Amino acid sequence: MALLQISEPGQSPDPHQRRIAVGIDLGTTHSLVAAVRNGVAECLPDDQGRVLLPSVVRYLPGGGRQIGHEAVAQQVSDPVNTIASVKRFMGRGLQDITQRDALPYAFAAGEGNEETAAGMVSLETAGGMKSPVEVSAEILATLRYRAEDSFNDDLYGAVITVPAYFDDAQRQATKDATRLAGLNLLRLINEPTAAAIAYGLDNASEGIYAVYDLGGGTFDISILRLTQGVFEVIATGGDSALGGDDYDAALADWVLQQKGVKAVSPEDKAAVRAAARRCKEALTATESVAFCAVLAGAEVRFDVHRADFDAATAALTARSLAAVRRALRDAQLSREEVQGVVLVGGSTRMPQVRQAVADFFGREPLTNLNPDEVVALGAAIQANQLAGNNTAGDLLLLDVIPLSLGIETMGGLVERIVGRNETIPTAKAQDFTTYKDGQTALAVHVVQGERDLVADCRSLARFELRGIPPMAAGAARIRVTFTVDADGLLNVSAKELSSGVEARIDVKPSYGLSDDQIARMLQDGFATAQEDMRARALVEARVDADRMLMATQSALDADGNILSNEEREAIEALMQSLRQTRDASDDAAAVEAATQALAKGTEAFAARRMNRGIREALAGKNVQAL
Amino acid sequence: MNLQSDDFELFELPRRFAQDRSAIDARWKELQREAHPDRFAAQGAAAQRLAMQWSVRINEAYHRLKDPLRRAAYLCEMNGAPIQAEDNTAMPAAFLMQQMEWREALEEASAEVDLDRLDDEVQQSRQSAIARCGELLDEQRDYAGAAQQVRALMFIARFAQDIDTRRDQLGQ
Repeated sequence: MALLQISEPGQSPDPHQRRIAVGIDLGTTHSLVAAVRNGVAECLPDDQGRVLLPSVVRYLPGGGRQIGHEAVAQQVSDPVNTIASVKRFMGRGLQDITQRDALPYAFAAGEGNEETAAGMVSLETAGGMKSPVEVSAEILATLRYRAEDSFNDDLYGAVITVPAYFDDAQRQATKDATRLAGLNLLRLINEPTAAAIAYGLDNASEGIYAVYDLGGGTFDISILRLTQGVFEVIATGGDSALGGDDYDAALADWVLQQKGVKAVSPEDKAAVRAAARRCKEALTATESVAFCAVLAGAEVRFDVHRADFDAATAALTARSLAAVRRALRDAQLSREEVQGVVLVGGSTRMPQVRQAVADFFGREPLTNLNPDEVVALGAAIQANQLAGNNTAGDLLLLDVIPLSLGIETMGGLVERIVGRNETIPTAKAQDFTTYKDGQTALAVHVVQGERDLVADCRSLARFELRGIPPMAAGAARIRVTFTVDADGLLNVSAKELSSGVEARIDVKPSYGLSDDQIARMLQDGFATAQEDMRARALVEARVDADRMLMATQSALDADGNILSNEEREAIEALMQSLRQTRDASDDAAAVEAATQALAKGTEAFAARRMNRGIREALAGKNVQAL
Repeated sequence: MNLQSDDFELFELPRRFAQDRSAIDARWKELQREAHPDRFAAQGAAAQRLAMQWSVRINEAYHRLKDPLRRAAYLCEMNGAPIQAEDNTAMPAAFLMQQMEWREALEEASAEVDLDRLDDEVQQSRQSAIARCGELLDEQRDYAGAAQQVRALMFIARFAQDIDTRRDQLGQ
């Protein structure tokens, strides 16, 4: 017999009103999914009770794949097809992958755009050519199924965490992976911010906090101010290619050097990596341990003391502290003003890292939450609020853009448009003009980074603006607006001011996937091989329809009184028509069209609600001030 | 109040240079609490888009109001004295002399203490330029004079950045 479900006091009793939203920490080494259940955020285990899913995917000939623990078991025997730490390749080109020689994979230059000959790196596997986005999507889809099984229901959406220092290409790649995995992305949030949510809410903290997040492949430092549920990031910094993997590599290099041997074959490279990692983990609890690996059939054995490990990796720890200093300077704060330091990420278990952070800030860091889980837990809390489940919640995240955005100007120089550590969402406009008579198109090259030369920054994309009305040289005034949304992603729009004509924009991402490539991957039925694409599209269209209906209904309930009777009837007619189409039609396109019609029909209502909300907020303050 | 309101209207502040930073911060959070796209995540794309416009506008105003240099420049522009930093580089001789001395000191700085000393001097100079800006804007209503101070502040800010760059080079 099914047990009766009883909801939390103050929460919706109608199960259809409660939306299942999860937080996912898509990590370099392992990934987790968490959700708020009965008012408490918790990580969801797999059917064997394990919370951590190793971020490892093995591709088999004929389209099969193994994900997580099963894949890890084959890492040393089948290194070329078993992809680990794929997060380090997200939004990266072939030439960006340092230590390519030390990795066992068959890298290939991705399909880029012809002009830059760049494009995201690809991996050649027994299952075919794989983009890092596809590999990540396998991991996300696995966690999605885990969550769906846990709740025995479809997911409303997910908050996915990314390193704060991820640039636009890396964020976009993560967003694309989410889409491929069939998840509705509620928000990308930064890992240190997610950790701060979990900590801040847990300890009811107020004041200035530093989050030091050393993961498997990335390092972030964020300085936050916590006040009454507002998590304001003041400055962030880091290194998106510094993590536990680098500590492993440094240790492996040191041991090989001491022994005078080299790892050549993919199997040897994988074996050395695995041995270094075991050695590192053992040194957290003991003073010395034996490094053992079988290379080319012969055993390599070497005793490693903690002091040796510390010395071999001191430069890496110093690199992280240099980023901490820069972030404090950007925040215009001294280290004494920091009231608490939170350690996040499995790599902060290393005693030398812990000690270095404690020495730097002159205080013991907080570690009372599990450093592996804290990011996913914070993401789950945010997901629950974004889904509208926690209407009493007053959690607000004010995050920043980690790296400056600029455009290429004459002579390969960068003109800065949005400065680093500006609060998002943000928008900046820049006017351009034509330099030839009758010119109808112009190209804008957007880069990200802090350096003055384009060559020293990361190329994000080339935007081609077309459809400018022909005019004399210098007469057109083209206003290009760069918008960074709450996910930290860049959007560009352009308008010719004298004629009011909107320019059409073609985006050529430098290290990302084009819309066509993503559409093809979706077509290939990636992550959904067993599902019928049409049925899936219909299910998604119906979920979207429900989402829109629910949103409209709650808006009507809350603010229906600002509508005239005719306006209200028009909206209700659109809702009714959408309900009918949803139930009667099995054509995804028809359901989508009806959803679109309702969205369009409620746009003016949404605008009035927003304006009223802001005005009321203002009025509320006036009353208090009087 | 709407998206076209000026920064001071939006933040309900008197239109003057002297401001209480903590009031600006508190007002910013209050406004974002109402308008941030996260508050409308479950309410469809149209609401998201509008929230985004509001949120961007609030951040833009906050960015300008909280920074004395930008706030002063904004007031000058509102009162018909645009800064025009690119076209208007004529500065008093004494100011240029001091800049040259600073540049030399920066070139010669070889340790953190040298940079700290220089930094202190620059900060003092910044503080007095800000104070002068306040007098010109709020009391004398001399907007052209204030614009000149803003240009001086821009030089000082640029130099403070160069000190930071030098710190990085010295491996601080």
